Amino acid sequence: MLKDITLGQYFPGSTLAHRLDPRTKLMMVLIYIVALFCAKSFLSYGILALFLFVSVRISKVGFRALIRGMKPLVVILIFTAVLNMFYTPGHALVSFWIFTLTAEGILAAVFMVLRIALLIMGTFLMTYTTSPIALTDAIENLLGPLKRVRFPVHELAMLMSIALRFIPTLIEETDKIISAQKARGADFETGNLLRRAKALVPILVPLFLSAIRRADELATAMECRCYHGGEGRTKLHVLRYQKRDFLCILLTTLITAAVVIISRLGY
Amino acid sequence: MSMLRTEHLSFAYPAAEGGKIVPVLKEINLEIDRGSIVAILGHNGSGKSTLSKHFNAVYLPSGGKVWVEEFDTADEAALLEIRRRVGMVFQNPDNQIVANVVEEDVAFAPENLGVPTDEIRRRVDASLAAVGMSEFTRHAPHLLSGGQKQRVAIAGVLAMEPECIILDEATAMLDPKGRRDVLETVQRLNREKGMTVIMITHHMDEAELADRVIVMNRGEIYLDGAPREIFQKVDELRRIGLTVPETVKLLDALRQAGWNVPLSAISVEECADAIAAAMQQ
Amino acid sequence: MKPILKTENLTHIYSAGTPFQRSAVEHVDFAVYPGEFVGVIGHTGSGKSTFIQHLNGLLKPTEGRVLFNGQDIWSSARVTHETRFHVGLVFQYPEYQLFEETVYKDIAFGPGNMGLGAEEIDRRVREAAGFVGIGEELLQQSPFELSGGQKRRVAIAGVLAMEPEVLILDEPTAGLDPAGCESILAEIRQYHRAKNNTILLVSHSMEEIARNAQRIVVLDERHIVMDGTPRDIFSRAQELERIGLDVPEVTKIAAALRRRGIPVDASVYTTEALKEQLQSLKGGGAGC
Repeated sequence: MLKDITLGQYFPGSTLAHRLDPRTKLMMVLIYIVALFCAKSFLSYGILALFLFVSVRISKVGFRALIRGMKPLVVILIFTAVLNMFYTPGHALVSFWIFTLTAEGILAAVFMVLRIALLIMGTFLMTYTTSPIALTDAIENLLGPLKRVRFPVHELAMLMSIALRFIPTLIEETDKIISAQKARGADFETGNLLRRAKALVPILVPLFLSAIRRADELATAMECRCYHGGEGRTKLHVLRYQKRDFLCILLTTLITAAVVIISRLGY
Repeated sequence: MSMLRTEHLSFAYPAAEGGKIVPVLKEINLEIDRGSIVAILGHNGSGKSTLSKHFNAVYLPSGGKVWVEEFDTADEAALLEIRRRVGMVFQNPDNQIVANVVEEDVAFAPENLGVPTDEIRRRVDASLAAVGMSEFTRHAPHLLSGGQKQRVAIAGVLAMEPECIILDEATAMLDPKGRRDVLETVQRLNREKGMTVIMITHHMDEAELADRVIVMNRGEIYLDGAPREIFQKVDELRRIGLTVPETVKLLDALRQAGWNVPLSAISVEECADAIAAAMQQ
Repeated sequence: MKPILKTENLTHIYSAGTPFQRSAVEHVDFAVYPGEFVGVIGHTGSGKSTFIQHLNGLLKPTEGRVLFNGQDIWSSARVTHETRFHVGLVFQYPEYQLFEETVYKDIAFGPGNMGLGAEEIDRRVREAAGFVGIGEELLQQSPFELSGGQKRRVAIAGVLAMEPEVLILDEPTAGLDPAGCESILAEIRQYHRAKNNTILLVSHSMEEIARNAQRIVVLDERHIVMDGTPRDIFSRAQELERIGLDVPEVTKIAAALRRRGIPVDASVYTTEALKEQLQSLKGGGAGC
């Protein structure tokens, strides 16, 4: 049931992909996304796919896990593909009723699917190889300069990490509440939309109350452990760039430059 | 010098509009010795939990004073010093774990205190070793059992290098094995590091482990003494909705049937000895 | 007599077909008869929560059957749904499932789902509230304004109001103070006497089980490993200890007395019984 949800799942490991600084991985993904949006030809997509392929092999995450992560998005993927196929103007291949399938459309659809698939797999590769807490650290660190303009960077990062910490707890709790209400004969599966929406009340009210109670207790527990905001805080894990981080960013940048140039030249 | 001291401590929640103020704690005078294990008993609403929250400045007295070593808890400048010295473990293990990796959670307090990275590492490893959870350093806390989570919470407190640790009904949600593990852990900390331990509980068998038992009732100290003395007061305890250990219950029943057995035989072996001796008579 | 609830070869496997596959109960054959008061014990992870969630159809067996009055509870969706009313399950910390504006409405949730008429619901709500000592004056209050012990009672009443033939309580006293524990157990005993229905009480406290159950079922490692009267079960102290369980304190005292040559019954499990035995031993000794 709900327990099977794998949100931002992390597969621990010690490959190069795991050991890279989380900031590096974050930047690499951003640069890679830029490259994906610049890519306009099979050659440029091929380069990026190869780049992803090599990265996945290095990470030992396995393509099966990546593809499983794609499953919930298949509908969106198909939808965009179909939309592109029929609504791209150009040389008509087949035509019936109001639909016209064009050669350009097929090409656009293939590229769009490739782009989305590569984008999602690349992002998943990062979350699969980076613990949520490291990712939060990276975001806090990269956004660091914003502190000067009074942007609450530390608070935001703390919020994210607590949310991540409580997701499994609240999922478990939701499961429990659903079971308890089912034991009192609650029915969540039948009836019209309004009835079903109403049936959620016995789940949502206890869940909210529990979340509020937990938040209250957690706040006290944090205070008891001397939490007083981000000021003067130190870290167990300090982020330090290594040589490999510079090399990886450099590599990604070069690949992106290549993709941009290739696309400009029209290959 | 004592670890904790209260002087005419009173406390009441601010009254709701139009409501009248209900005192939760009344004129509490208490001194807790360094290195002792103290159990605070009482039924729900007796004020025991409120009292414990005064020991690390989560609550501030409405009247009177609370001292942690030489620090007055009302002194805001001393807040971190006080909280660092007196650590607290709460009832629900899920609501006091902050991070989603065990070591990150244990590091939380020293990070807040601005301890240098190398020293945090040392403290995290030492604290997890002290509660017997070293092998779970990189684990996700939500996959641990209740007892293991509470031991992680204790490690998180130990990483502050406190003088005193308060268990605020920290075993109430645990199964017997989890409870045993947590109690053994704090007993060992008391024995090996001279840690002052305060246990808020309504489990009588936990109170048996203490050097001193304080029974709270209606915001006041009702009984105060060694477990042996306290558990002899069977009727006084029953009157306020508390029970005594099964051993004392049996001895009390026998006494009422005219047997000459002492009520002070708390452990199973002592109890059997006392009955055997009475059989000989 | 025919069993009211029965499991045949009950097996449950979580996440079947994935790498996380693991079984929680295996080949459990169990039967309970009308009017029985059964204690269920087993340490955390022994499979007892999975087991009890099969008895009212919250979980579907991977293998085997669950029969209520001889009928497979999974024979149709309607039967499964109705089984929830015949077999009432009170979860651990049930107060966290309260959601209605008033105590009355919350207790009425179960009976309402059964499709009963307003009059019948009203009768049941008042009766159930009465069993757990929730007075009339509390019925129109918000359940969230009550004390912890009262909330728990309201939640239990919410299941009692369905008038289940079998009532399963998963650690109904967890986290309460001694007075709270004792009064909830007394209410359950009284309910059992009044309705003469079947009760399954899951607890970690051997004292609680010893004082209430007529029969004890012990789960360990996904199986039922013992099933018998409290006397049978508690006379097997060493086996219980080996699987991480305990015997009542009184049984331990009896064992300590026997080691000192006092011939009390090794399987005694209540203070009163041990006292009686000691009395007659002493009386007999004095007579010689």
